[in-house]
Amino acid sequence: MTATKQVQTTCPYCGVGCGIDAVVDEPNRQIKIQGDKAHPANFGRLCSKGSALGETIELNSRLLEPVVYGQQATWSEALDLVADSFANAVKTYGPEAVAIYGSGQLLTEDYYVANKLMKGFIGSANMDTNSRLCMSSSVAGHKRAFGSDTVPGCYEDYELADMMVLIGSNTAWCHPVSFQRIRAAKDANPALKIVVIDPRRTVTCDIADLHLPLASGSDGFLFNGLLKFLAEHNVLNQAYIDQHTEGFAAAIAAANRFSVEAVAQHCLLDAADVAQFYHWFAGHEKVLSLYSQGINQSSSGTDKVDAIINCHLATGRIGKPGMGPFSLTGQPNAMGGREVGGLAHQLAAHMDFSNAGDIDRVARFWNSPNIAQKPGLPAVELFDAVYDGKIKALWIMGTNPVVSLPNADKIKQALKRCDFVAVSDCIANTDTGVFAHVLLPAQGWSEKDGTVTNSERCISRQRALLDAAGSAMPDWWILTQVARRLGFEEAFHYKKPVEIFREHAALSGFENDEVHGLRDFDISGYAHISDAAYDALQPAQWPVNRLYPKGRARIFDDGKYFTASGKAQFIAVTPQTPINLPDAEFPLVLNTGRLRDQWHTMTRTTIAAKLNQHKPEPFVEVHPDDAARYGLEAQALAQLETRWGAMLARVDIATGQKPGNVFVPMHWTEQFASWGRMGALVNPVFDPISKQPESKHTPVRIKPYRAAWYGFVLSRHELDLKGPEYLVKVKGNQFYRYELAGQSIPESWQDWFAKTVGESLLDTWFCQEYHDAAKGNYRAACLEGDRLQAVFFASAEVNLPERGWLTGLFEKPGLQVNECRALLTGLPPVGEADVGTIVCACFNVGKKTIAAAIKEKSLKTHQEVGQCLKAGTNCGSCIPEIKALL
Amino acid sequence: MAGMRTVEELLSIAPEKYEISVFGAEAYGNYNRIMLSAVLSGEKVIEDIMINNRQWYEENAITLYAGPDKTVVKIDRDAKQVHAQDGLSVSYDVLLIATGSRPFILPIPGHQLAGVICFRDIIDVNTMLSYSKTHKTAVVLGGGLLGLEAANGLALQGMAVTVLHDGEFLLNRQLDPQAATLLRKALEQRGIKFKMCAKTEALLGDDNAHVSAVKFVDGDVLDCDLFVMAIGIRPNMALAQEAGLVCERGIVVNDGLQTSDPCIYSVGECIQHRGNTFGLVAPLFDQAKVCADHLGATGQAEFIHLPTATKLKVTGINVFSVGDFIGEEGTQIIHFSDAKAGVYKKLVIKDEQLVGAVLYGDTADSSWYQSLLENNQNIAGVRDSLIFGYTYATETEAA
Repeated sequence: MTATKQVQTTCPYCGVGCGIDAVVDEPNRQIKIQGDKAHPANFGRLCSKGSALGETIELNSRLLEPVVYGQQATWSEALDLVADSFANAVKTYGPEAVAIYGSGQLLTEDYYVANKLMKGFIGSANMDTNSRLCMSSSVAGHKRAFGSDTVPGCYEDYELADMMVLIGSNTAWCHPVSFQRIRAAKDANPALKIVVIDPRRTVTCDIADLHLPLASGSDGFLFNGLLKFLAEHNVLNQAYIDQHTEGFAAAIAAANRFSVEAVAQHCLLDAADVAQFYHWFAGHEKVLSLYSQGINQSSSGTDKVDAIINCHLATGRIGKPGMGPFSLTGQPNAMGGREVGGLAHQLAAHMDFSNAGDIDRVARFWNSPNIAQKPGLPAVELFDAVYDGKIKALWIMGTNPVVSLPNADKIKQALKRCDFVAVSDCIANTDTGVFAHVLLPAQGWSEKDGTVTNSERCISRQRALLDAAGSAMPDWWILTQVARRLGFEEAFHYKKPVEIFREHAALSGFENDEVHGLRDFDISGYAHISDAAYDALQPAQWPVNRLYPKGRARIFDDGKYFTASGKAQFIAVTPQTPINLPDAEFPLVLNTGRLRDQWHTMTRTTIAAKLNQHKPEPFVEVHPDDAARYGLEAQALAQLETRWGAMLARVDIATGQKPGNVFVPMHWTEQFASWGRMGALVNPVFDPISKQPESKHTPVRIKPYRAAWYGFVLSRHELDLKGPEYLVKVKGNQFYRYELAGQSIPESWQDWFAKTVGESLLDTWFCQEYHDAAKGNYRAACLEGDRLQAVFFASAEVNLPERGWLTGLFEKPGLQVNECRALLTGLPPVGEADVGTIVCACFNVGKKTIAAAIKEKSLKTHQEVGQCLKAGTNCGSCIPEIKALL
Repeated sequence: MAGMRTVEELLSIAPEKYEISVFGAEAYGNYNRIMLSAVLSGEKVIEDIMINNRQWYEENAITLYAGPDKTVVKIDRDAKQVHAQDGLSVSYDVLLIATGSRPFILPIPGHQLAGVICFRDIIDVNTMLSYSKTHKTAVVLGGGLLGLEAANGLALQGMAVTVLHDGEFLLNRQLDPQAATLLRKALEQRGIKFKMCAKTEALLGDDNAHVSAVKFVDGDVLDCDLFVMAIGIRPNMALAQEAGLVCERGIVVNDGLQTSDPCIYSVGECIQHRGNTFGLVAPLFDQAKVCADHLGATGQAEFIHLPTATKLKVTGINVFSVGDFIGEEGTQIIHFSDAKAGVYKKLVIKDEQLVGAVLYGDTADSSWYQSLLENNQNIAGVRDSLIFGYTYATETEAA
């Protein structure tokens, strides 16, 4: 009898929503991950993050028991306190004094219960989510144009398109499996035109026929210009405009002042490139506009979304195979959150507060005593209200606002001031959890059970692979328990997720008809789904109802929209520049974004050592001209400052950066870096319609950060290392790496090192030591028998040996004599190859290994490199880097 | 050794120029004195360390007068003749004095007892070897190179050995305290005992006037069957002094190794050059080269006394030092230590040049350091990898 079982589930990271085949060895709590070959999102492919999921399920970093005021507590103690705190705040200050801040990481069932509790029963719409930070401009743009928050197309369109425009999306890193699919489409059809629109020349440009490095935030100008160009070149689909849309005249009037030349000027682009893009767009019927945070995270994000949609409406290129505007969602269940109404201005099931009929309908469905009547506070304003003392009790679920929200240092202050903060998370130590009065252990991916919806409206099951760790419980359960304590037993009777799913499905179909008004989101086909059918649920694209029992690939193929008139709305867009522009004091533009191998605030991805190799430290990408202007050296440290906060980062001089722009990754937290939270820098300004913060554009200044010493510690055991001003912790395979820089040099390096790794341990270890006091160089290494235990390098200069070879030694059970001898050089024994920084995280192949193989074997293509070294043959997201080496 | 090396050098540049006669007080041809320690430790036998046997002398048409009766007793500079013990006299056009050195004997009470010897020649080695077969305890006076080599050899031959040293740490003219401590530990692991800061008062004898114990100023007494003095050497310059050559601490020579008599040259441990006397082999070979050049060729070479490196000839223990290895004011020091490998290194840098080094445990790069030091090479470019040796430093430079 086999001890393993095979389970199909869904990846918990980006919005691609890849299906996973997991082979589960329950007794040993081990999981083998493979792409689900049948899943329509990925057909078996997985990216580096998804592939490493099996390495993220260890329990060390998990929150396993409830914690109340810093002490481990029982569930009933914790739940009582949450319920009492919420009840007291509501009783004393009214329902507006409490709030829930959720996350696109929650499952639809969790989300549904949270939303129902807050809006339907506590009676306030102060339920917002981190989707506000990534998707709300798309939501608002869709809603204005279509009357509904609808993504018209589907992934299949990647293969059917003749042209793809990737706008504000580093698809290669942020949606790697979609990118692989697009790359494959391009390989199969070289005539497929790909245009990348992004201030940065990212690795996504690897497959681009044209890259438009437009001025940050100027997309509105570019797409208004495109609309004018399409009109002038007779590419309009007048019949479609006439039959299915309204407001074209105003939209084209608003666009008319944007000639190609004017656009080039506004966007700081070459006019010929702009014209090329416009000509291609005009000439390709099957054109897909894929856009992401570069569009959404803007003070005019909603307008940008609509400027893009305008071009598709004007050409009638929407709702049909291979064409349409396509918002790539950031999170695994951003869409699910939108479906249940998780944003503060939404009510439920794609109904909102703008329609009194909707409020009444939902109230009746829920049998709600005191349903909220008006929108609640969106994220930035919600935390402002916490800061101002208007919100007295706050419950944060599965998200880390101290890291991710703009002006994030203010979020710390807000939480410090708040009377009561509860945090539900699967991870014990987070920057946000520090401020919690109650920590509630939520089940993590691999334990929880429910559904998620990806970018193409595809609902997939996330299934439990393992029993819950410790006392962790599903979020829906935790919410239900609090709801019952608040006196809402009847409405929160749930015993399992399927009950919630059925209710959610029923609500989506409730009075969803011609009589009451049609809504796009309708999964009433699942309203009576059996427990068994829910367990076996196969991926399907909503709507799932009487008309489309198996789901619907494309919406609007019939030209019918969900506006009052049934027609799509053109939006007259007046392009705006970002709110805060660079000035003499803060002369550069700060851009932020994701990396290939990390997810959000790194709480889970850092557990998999291999994911920490690609970009181990917070860094800032700077154009060579700016590096020269501000005296920045490659691999040295830089200090970034905005009017809101500061950050330290390693300098990465990158020609792909637009001069005047710098880029920092969004992931680092105080758990891993002393000064690495980019959120502290970002300006707290937002789109007036979508309320989405302008995270892609903040005026910033940069200068070299000079420390008295620079160093790193590699240790087999985790250290409690404090003190150095710059401190980054990186978990590796059997080691922890600490990158350090300090303003004061310890009196004795020997003592400092002994104290850092543990004096008692040193007594039983063999030590090596190198000291060049005059140059400020100190190095030490410790072995236990032949096994490497710790390494330390410190120098007055920032350039230290690459860590690659040294870190690799921790995987060895014992070191060879020549390796021991080489330790403190930091370089491999002469004649032994240094693999270099890891390029392929899946197969652990380093840059130097690849470069050497290319040279020795005269490899010409990334496929040949793959055959030779396996690099790039799994998730493929490193192919651009391999190609760069070729 | 210096003398015969000079002859060899001379033969290689001017084989026909002289008719050569060689006098030696020992009954052998010349042997490699540096390897005596290896004979004592049993790693080699005397045949292994012979440099030139009688056949070599014949083949090179050199007349060899060897043995105690051929000891030269007089130089007649006026007649340009040397006179041997047995009355033999030989004329010369040019004379080379290479009389070497004599061990220094501490004149304490009992130093003339039987069983009190030095460590200088093959006879001493043979004495020690035979004692090791019949006696148990040996005491070596002097924790310098020679003393430690003697102690190691005796210990290997099965004797219980104690080393007496007047300093606080061993090899105090060649090592820094850290390296010396490692060395002492390593030798202790081999069973050798040490008495540091030892002040010997007298040697006590038995009824047969054979040494039986050592008595110390602090009152301690140590049993002793064999007492080896290894506390230094003195240039052997009696013959030269009697011949009226200018002698100070040694036979004074110029940069061409010429004594105050233009027809007489001198090399080796017997000389004094620019105030220095010599006890290690490397500069002796340099002297031989220069002297041969003057005797057989252009006479343009000059002897330059370079910082001399130290090596301890104890198998399994590698020690090296050169130059200013302590680090006087104005120098910078780079340290490396590896407890597991038993390695300690110290490099002394001044104005980005290597001016001194101590290596313990790993001396593989000693000659590289020495050449850096002798060539006053700027090491700034390889400083960070310098202590890790030639291969790393050159690799780093290339990269």
